[in-house]
Amino acid sequence: MSLPDQIEALATGFALIALSAALLITVWRIIRGPTLPDRVLGLDMLVAIAIGLIAVVAIRTGFNLYIDIAIALGLVGFLATVAFARFILARGLSPETANVERSSPESKRASAPRSNAVRRKHKGGRR
Amino acid sequence: MNPVLDMAVAVLVAALLIVGAIFSLLAAIGILRFPDLYTRMHAASKAGTVGSGLLLLAAGVHSLDAAILIRALAGFFFFVLTAPISAHLLAKAAHQAGYKLTKLSVVDQLPQK
Repeated sequence: MSLPDQIEALATGFALIALSAALLITVWRIIRGPTLPDRVLGLDMLVAIAIGLIAVVAIRTGFNLYIDIAIALGLVGFLATVAFARFILARGLSPETANVERSSPESKRASAPRSNAVRRKHKGGRR
Repeated sequence: MNPVLDMAVAVLVAALLIVGAIFSLLAAIGILRFPDLYTRMHAASKAGTVGSGLLLLAAGVHSLDAAILIRALAGFFFFVLTAPISAHLLAKAAHQAGYKLTKLSVVDQLPQK
């Protein structure tokens, strides 16, 4: 094994370890994430890390077709995040989050989002 | 192949790989440690995009093929274009739905409709 190959093997090994750690940390945030937008953001980050992982695998195996797969995954991830954002906008606050915020001490600020969600329900607009 | 060029490409690819992996790891740590959604977005949409973009660029340089390098660059620009859009949409939707900022934040200039 020549010296350039050794350097690349070392770098790809380090990148794989770091990206695996990042993947695990992001999954932990998705599991714990207190609200739905936190989880959506975690999924967005998961897609970004998976793209990086695919690029590292492309270097390690030498199959350049993996780059096209990474681009396609990025497109799907962008569309998924946009769709989730529309869903959050249409749904408003989730019931469990509203309960948590009502029991918090500063009730004056917490009442505004709740009335917003109620008004949205009355209007009966786009779901 | 020229051994000097071979070595230069290997060093460049290794540097891009290590920097990109560190960016991705720091973005993930930021997602874990920041207090609320709006601050977590800083880590995810800036550091995360740069991390995966640098890794894609490393794959393009490693191939030593102009067509594949251009494809990797196109993917990089696509991510740089779409990450702010999706982050902005998500932040605006969450703010409009009523998800609150953390108590550490000083001012919220976007009025609650």
